[in-house]
Amino acid sequence: MKFTCLCQGGGFNFPPCHILNVSGFHVLFDCPLDLSALTVFSPLPNDFYKAICKENSDSQNRQKVEKPLDANDLIFAEPWYKTVNNLHLWNVSFIDVVLISSPMGMLGLPFLTRMEGFSAKIYITEAAARIGQLMMEELICMNMEYRQFYGAEESSGPQWMKWEELELLPSALRKIALGEDGSELGGGCPCIAHVKDCISKVQTLRFGEEACYNGILIIKAFSSGLDIGACNWIISGAKGNIAYISGSNFASGHAMDFDYRAIQGSDLILYSDLSSLDSTEDIDQSSFSDDNNNWEELMNSLSNYDESVEEMEKLAFICSCAIDSVKAGGSVLIPINRVGVFLQLLEQIAIFMECSSLKIPIYIISSVAEELLAYTNTIPEWLCKQRQEKLFSGDPLFAHVKLIKEKKIHVFPAVHSPKLLMNWQEPCIVFSPHWSLRLGPTIHLLRRWSGDHNSLLVLENEVDAELAVLPFKPISMKVLQCSFLSGKKLQKVQPLLKILQPKLVLFPEEWRTHVSFSDVTSFSVSHYSENETIHIPSLKESAELEIAADIASKFQWRMLKQKKLNITRLKGRLFVNHGKHQLLPENEPGGSSQTRPFLHWGSPDPENLLAELSKMGINGSVERCMTDAESEDGFTVKVQDPEKSMIEVRAAVTVISAADKNLASRIVKAMENILEGI
Amino acid sequence: MAIDCLVLGAGQEVGKSCVVVTINGKRIMFDCGMHMAYNDHRQYPDFSRISKSCDFNNAIDCIVITHFHLDHIGALPYFTEICGYNGPIYMTYPTRALAPIMLEDYRKVLVDRRGEVEQFTSDHIAECMKKVIAVDLKQTVQVDKDLQIRAYYAGHVLGAAMFYAKVGDSAMVYTGDYNMTPDRHLGAARIDRLQLDLLITDFDFHGICLVFQFTFCKCYNSEIEYRNSLFIDYAAAVSDTVDYIIVSYLISLPCPEMEALAFGLRSTYATTVRDSKYAREREFLKAAASSVLHTAVASILSFVVIIVVHKCVAGGGKVLIPAFALGRAQELCILLDDYWERMNLRVPIYFSAVHNFDRSLIDAPGPCVLFATPGMLTGGFSLEVFKHWAPSEMNLITLPGYCLAGTIGNKLMSGNPTIELEGTKIDVRCQIHQLAFSPHTDGKGIMDLVKFLSPQHVILVHGEKPKMATLKERIQSELGIKCCDPANNESVCIPSTHYVKAGASDAFIRSCLNPNFQFLKSGSEEKSVSGSKCTEGTLPLWIKDERVAEGILVLEKSEKAKVVHQDELLLMLGEKRHEVQFAYCCPVNVDELEKFTTTSLTPTARMLRDPNKSSLIRLLVAKLSRKLSEGNIQDFGEHLQVESFHLSVCLKDTCPYRITNGLEDKPRTAFFCCTWSAADDKLARKIISAMENRDLVET
Repeated sequence: MKFTCLCQGGGFNFPPCHILNVSGFHVLFDCPLDLSALTVFSPLPNDFYKAICKENSDSQNRQKVEKPLDANDLIFAEPWYKTVNNLHLWNVSFIDVVLISSPMGMLGLPFLTRMEGFSAKIYITEAAARIGQLMMEELICMNMEYRQFYGAEESSGPQWMKWEELELLPSALRKIALGEDGSELGGGCPCIAHVKDCISKVQTLRFGEEACYNGILIIKAFSSGLDIGACNWIISGAKGNIAYISGSNFASGHAMDFDYRAIQGSDLILYSDLSSLDSTEDIDQSSFSDDNNNWEELMNSLSNYDESVEEMEKLAFICSCAIDSVKAGGSVLIPINRVGVFLQLLEQIAIFMECSSLKIPIYIISSVAEELLAYTNTIPEWLCKQRQEKLFSGDPLFAHVKLIKEKKIHVFPAVHSPKLLMNWQEPCIVFSPHWSLRLGPTIHLLRRWSGDHNSLLVLENEVDAELAVLPFKPISMKVLQCSFLSGKKLQKVQPLLKILQPKLVLFPEEWRTHVSFSDVTSFSVSHYSENETIHIPSLKESAELEIAADIASKFQWRMLKQKKLNITRLKGRLFVNHGKHQLLPENEPGGSSQTRPFLHWGSPDPENLLAELSKMGINGSVERCMTDAESEDGFTVKVQDPEKSMIEVRAAVTVISAADKNLASRIVKAMENILEGI
Repeated sequence: MAIDCLVLGAGQEVGKSCVVVTINGKRIMFDCGMHMAYNDHRQYPDFSRISKSCDFNNAIDCIVITHFHLDHIGALPYFTEICGYNGPIYMTYPTRALAPIMLEDYRKVLVDRRGEVEQFTSDHIAECMKKVIAVDLKQTVQVDKDLQIRAYYAGHVLGAAMFYAKVGDSAMVYTGDYNMTPDRHLGAARIDRLQLDLLITDFDFHGICLVFQFTFCKCYNSEIEYRNSLFIDYAAAVSDTVDYIIVSYLISLPCPEMEALAFGLRSTYATTVRDSKYAREREFLKAAASSVLHTAVASILSFVVIIVVHKCVAGGGKVLIPAFALGRAQELCILLDDYWERMNLRVPIYFSAVHNFDRSLIDAPGPCVLFATPGMLTGGFSLEVFKHWAPSEMNLITLPGYCLAGTIGNKLMSGNPTIELEGTKIDVRCQIHQLAFSPHTDGKGIMDLVKFLSPQHVILVHGEKPKMATLKERIQSELGIKCCDPANNESVCIPSTHYVKAGASDAFIRSCLNPNFQFLKSGSEEKSVSGSKCTEGTLPLWIKDERVAEGILVLEKSEKAKVVHQDELLLMLGEKRHEVQFAYCCPVNVDELEKFTTTSLTPTARMLRDPNKSSLIRLLVAKLSRKLSEGNIQDFGEHLQVESFHLSVCLKDTCPYRITNGLEDKPRTAFFCCTWSAADDKLARKIISAMENRDLVET
């Protein structure tokens, strides 16, 4: 078994990407896009012509002189999308299975599926696939706007891609565009046909549903709690279970909680919840040691509700800031980032508005919002306990249903929708894509509000705010940055693993310094780092074989005294089915179940042989001298009675030569009596 | 190893489904229904048979509910709250959402309308529902370490599921009501091909199962309209989940809260669902539902009829309900009366057996409803009225679920637009509505499912004994699967699968997967003869690749049993293999050989005068391939090989294996040195006797 980390990713929107080689199959975990790289491209510039003139005259200045970045440093072209670079080092046709853990991990899929030779089976949870598809469609839709502005791409590849142009980029941007080692940026935006094609190759799963790949691997998804449909994976085969833990959240206010009980008892854990690396907190080492085995305590420490309370407080804070802004006459722009958080924010803001008896419209401007909102209200199976209760008590799963009905929330597909123009009212609160501030309606709204010091822009911490707002400078709008949980907190890692009881855990290299496992004896730990293949020892020495009772009842045991072994010959048809090896009776029990052993060992002794032969009424004489020089231990028995025949015994082989069938078989019996066999 | 199956309800009857199954020590209760026809102790399954001490928590590991109909869930609050069962209860999300509404409704009807003593309170229902764990379709749920259950889509009503349960190596499926033919509203049941020891299937569900789907279709005027509504398109797009909304809408009529859920979708697509019409349909449904709901499931049949009848009379049409004098028609008549009252309708309802329906009224203007005998339009009054009303499009004729072949009713059902009656042709233009699908189906759906799953055993429940007998017979004779239909409180024990577990070495697994090609010359001798033009060269070659797994099971003290390849065994033992072979130097008369190979082969014959090795081998191959039916003869020029049988020309003067004497003197005798291993002794002896021209068939 081999494991290669292709990319450790970065945060919620750019999950890690790995390849695992198990039972001869290559399994790719996630296929994300690094959308933060979009920031090197300029959105529709407010003063386009001015910029062009400036560029022509100042091109000398730009070279090599490092000065603070300004909007003109950005690339003025239709953006390219940054996929996982190391993935291109692999031949796509060798990938057998793709497992997608979240909608974000799916965005790079069309880039992969459109490559020639791609034939892997893609597994995604039903909800993640649906939401991911909506996200892709939205991305394409927004990219179209770019294309309309910059025109269709030249056939020779974009101008900015030329090396001399890239050299001119300020170093900060160059790093984003090219990566640390200067390799290229992913590719152009896929079209809707690519997405359709990609989706058609997807097999959707529900939580806990077993998918069987090639009869050998059983693949199951279990909720990770990170976002709606986001999951962890369990791959089980005849030689053990492997759990892949992506960013996981113990108590979510929207998605179904992290189902860690399902992962319990896995032999190997591929730990890929890397979000906690970003937080610098160190953990209190004393709180856990191996002898702390109080089960309940462990469980409690995992599922305390501090986290969800904390998350709710963050939401409340955003809401109160938003209320303050609108009270001051400004508008609020909240780029849509995480689906779950977005839905919760909608509910919360509405509550806050009610409390402060404000009548400010909330607009959602997105080409897919309508469908997304309708869809999220029909999927109780994918949501947290509290939301499921709403189904059972007859309430809508999310409050947005009611809010839309009451006309507190207005949903429009685009900024230029006629209905929006008729409805528009400021101040207002707007939710719209895209969080990179390079695509979608946010661009237009930012241009409108960037000068208003009463207005508020809400960004996530993961976004480089400085770079993100660069094209909109000077900006007097307030910017609020907040962070949400993208995975487990570091201090929960050890108690979790204690509960999961794996044999081996794979951690990122960076964890060596943060989390020490020196005092843990129940499992062993390996560390992986980006783009380095590590070999994982076999989890089990032998595969489990199930032998049908019909076969087992016919066993003829043979006791080997010297080794204290019982052995029996086994014959049947092997079935590899649903990850199991089964030995079933043969179709036609032909050939009158031969009881004769086929495998012999031991060294025959001439006296013994003669004695055995005479017992059967066969008489012969031993001749020691052999013509063959090689056979030193050899001897020959010449039989005269009852019929002329010969037994030639050498070190590793005995040759019986007899014309009569019956005589021959009697001699064989005699041989078997003095040899061990099965 | 065995599966024990105790039928507490729905054994040779319809109603109060409840089967308790014990698999390898784990006990599962499938469904916990009530019988609608009784008011006494027969209403509930006899739970005391599960546990004498009534300690149900230890006696049962979990309860599985297939769908929300009262005959499958009605006794659940009683069992959990009164009998005190506290263990887990599994059902699908839609069932979990709809069950409390159904139960609460039933309770209300009992108490408020019939004035009976309630068997459980609203609190009981709420408490009971707290014990429910909702599961998703196909989700594999680990109830405990050994017990695994999984729900499969059953299609019967929203949320209906078949349940798979597995403990150790034994597995079974309990179907509940299901639907094998996809229809307008719900798809057909979907299940994986599973290895099953037992299949417990409901027998008689057609009647009820189709009603719900039917009901919904009738809410729209035509199927096309129904299909066109984006409501349904959306349902198809986002899968089964939306189904609840549709049914919650249907079932939750007394419960406005559920509408909120439905609203999520409706608001989105409001433009396509015409509001005014929608509202009117709802009125129809609401009134019909409230008049029907108190008699619960069985009467839901009537629910449909009422709506259809109302629609017809609202359009000024006349309705003919051919009916048997007793039974359902009466019930329907009462319900219709009730409905008429609620809706304040003045359209007259006649019952020909009761009212003395005047023949002059047949052609009287204006709408009316008429119940008339006989049911299948075999003659008499109903036929007479039919003749008058059938030509008008405004009118409606309802037909009973089942009409004997040859009757007018039967002809109408098969969609005949013109009916010939006593020499006159009647142009049938009126609407035809079939009351329900016949419960007397041929059981095709069940047969299909049983065939698909091919379990070791089938148990039929939820059907009347005489009706199930035919199907039982068919399952046994046509499919060769053991089948039984136990009565209530009977217990059936069936053997179950058990596997012996052992570790298998890689070498063993690899050796099992090695191809094992066998080349057989076309099926049999007769075939090649009958296929006249088939010459030797063009005989089709049959290739068989039956891989045989052969290994050695090793049992060492205090260690897990292990299967190894035989080579590995020797390594384990530290021994070397000692092979036992046979050798024989076989004399063959070359003349005979030549004679055997036909005269047309002159060139080879000539070559024989100067015999060389390869030509001799070639001759032998030709001969053997004619005489031998088995084995794959390979000609390597210098030698010949069949399995382990190895043959080459022996030119030695004195071969140690040349045992038979006296042949050396014979002219034109060639010697072939043969060796083979003990395993192929039989084959080798056959070859040798063929070579020596002895009889091929050993005596």
